[in-house]
Amino acid sequence: MAIDAATVRKVAKLARIAEPEDRIEPLARELNGILTWIEMLSEVDTDGVAPMTSVVHQGLPMREDVVTEGGDPAKVLANAPKAAKDFFVVPKVVE
Amino acid sequence: MSDLTKLTLKSALEGLDSKAFSAVELTRAHLGAIEAAKPLNAFVLETPEKALEMAQASDARRAKGQAGALDGAPLGIKDLFCTEGVRSTACSKILGNFTPTYESSVTANLWRDGAVMLGKLNMDEFAMGSSNETSAFGPVINPWRGAGETTALTPGGSSGGSAAAVAAELCLGATATDTGGSIRQPAALTGTVGIKPTYGRCSRWGVVAFASSLDQAGPIARTVEDAALLLTSMAGHDPRDSTSLDVAVPDFASFVGKSVKGMRVGIPKEYRADGMPAEIETLWEQGIAWLKEAGCEIVEVSLPHTKYALPAYYIVAPAEASSNLARYDGMRFGLRVDGANLTETYEKTRAAGFGEEVKRRILIGTYVLSAGYYDAYYLKAQKVRQRIADDFDQAFERVDALLTPTAPSAAFPLGENADDPVAMYLNDIFTVTVNLAGLPGMSVPAGVDAKGLPLGLQLIGRALDEGSLFSLGGVIEKAAGFSAKPQRWW
Repeated sequence: MAIDAATVRKVAKLARIAEPEDRIEPLARELNGILTWIEMLSEVDTDGVAPMTSVVHQGLPMREDVVTEGGDPAKVLANAPKAAKDFFVVPKVVE
Repeated sequence: MSDLTKLTLKSALEGLDSKAFSAVELTRAHLGAIEAAKPLNAFVLETPEKALEMAQASDARRAKGQAGALDGAPLGIKDLFCTEGVRSTACSKILGNFTPTYESSVTANLWRDGAVMLGKLNMDEFAMGSSNETSAFGPVINPWRGAGETTALTPGGSSGGSAAAVAAELCLGATATDTGGSIRQPAALTGTVGIKPTYGRCSRWGVVAFASSLDQAGPIARTVEDAALLLTSMAGHDPRDSTSLDVAVPDFASFVGKSVKGMRVGIPKEYRADGMPAEIETLWEQGIAWLKEAGCEIVEVSLPHTKYALPAYYIVAPAEASSNLARYDGMRFGLRVDGANLTETYEKTRAAGFGEEVKRRILIGTYVLSAGYYDAYYLKAQKVRQRIADDFDQAFERVDALLTPTAPSAAFPLGENADDPVAMYLNDIFTVTVNLAGLPGMSVPAGVDAKGLPLGLQLIGRALDEGSLFSLGGVIEKAAGFSAKPQRWW
């Protein structure tokens, strides 16, 4: 199976989760165990089968393109770790 | 007043109606039971003041002749549902003290009908787990113990707090959610009734998302009729959820007690799993006999792709979860752990906020969606998912419902599967197919094992045919005469 320490580091980076170095090898083993088990899907003949994206047999509903809710910054910011005036305060993004 | 906690939801509503007791008295009795049941760890937040306020308002409505369908009924709410002004955490550290400024549609429906909120119930973190052990608040302890034993057992998961609270008579019913079996497996492990309705019956708006194409809310209750009363209130079209079905909600309770004579019930042969305990096999046979006696025709059916359902689920669900949980970045709500720059802040926040199982699933999901693997894993799983749905479509050409066991074992000791994720995932082997196909499934307590622990049978129906499940579930409930209760040790 393909998951080695380098793959775990790459995936953790993509997922924006800082995994400590001593978790990398155990995670590689755990993910390999799960993916090896999942491999059995290759036995299923899926030629000509369309991938299922929804179990709901109805189109997406449409509505008028108008504002329905909003205009309440206090509510939006109520759980912010940091806020100032009517804005979220985030770390510096552009140098 | 402790007898008030022993009532079914139905009889409690009758008692309120006949003025045998007030909503405040009923609520106080349950608050007392919760206070005495701390060792179960079923509630992660109790809201006694809010409960009494809601109960007083209910009594006032009833006095004016304006009582709703569930007026005055004290319920527990799984912590996955956002409740306005009441901390909602999905039992994850990353949500911290998140206090929604809005109410989930499902709970709003319950309050519209007069129900009373007792508090928020424990669960696996982000509903990812089958034993409640991934909760940031620690596991729920099953009120049931093996005869003569003191070993702490799991109530199942992810809705372990909901199931334990209902079984231990801490509330008359509870909300729960089911992505791969999270209503039905805990119901089976605690001797309670749980139904996952058809995908789209209950709005997902305001329910913390795990895997959006699979997540569905439903009730856990002590009787089939109680579950029907709760689902009737919870379900309904909601324009705020684009997958919510715009169909009428029947009075589900009217199906309980209906004759099932002439109904065809399928027995899927692939559900005879290797190593299934003989007791579960026997219970299944017993269930078949009960339905035959009630006039059902029993038909053997085949669902050939059953064994591929769990592996397909463990691609689809983590893929959706990795996408849904990207929102927990420490910027707008919840935990933030500062780093040297923005990326490091994200990485540290998510490392500190998510538990091990949630991280594992995010990593699997990220991997199967990453460049070069998308077709081999994600697309393949979606095609297998279609095959599984096709299996059901073919079976339902011949039968009206299916009968299977709910879970492969009775409640197991906490810690038993902690080191082997795949062994834990196998708990959902009989329940997960239903989520992949979007169908309704119900677990009904049907007997006990040699240790006196409850076992459940599962009924699966056609899309939108919850009614048949309530009729068949009522027949099994009556025939089983399941009256065992956990012996109080807490």
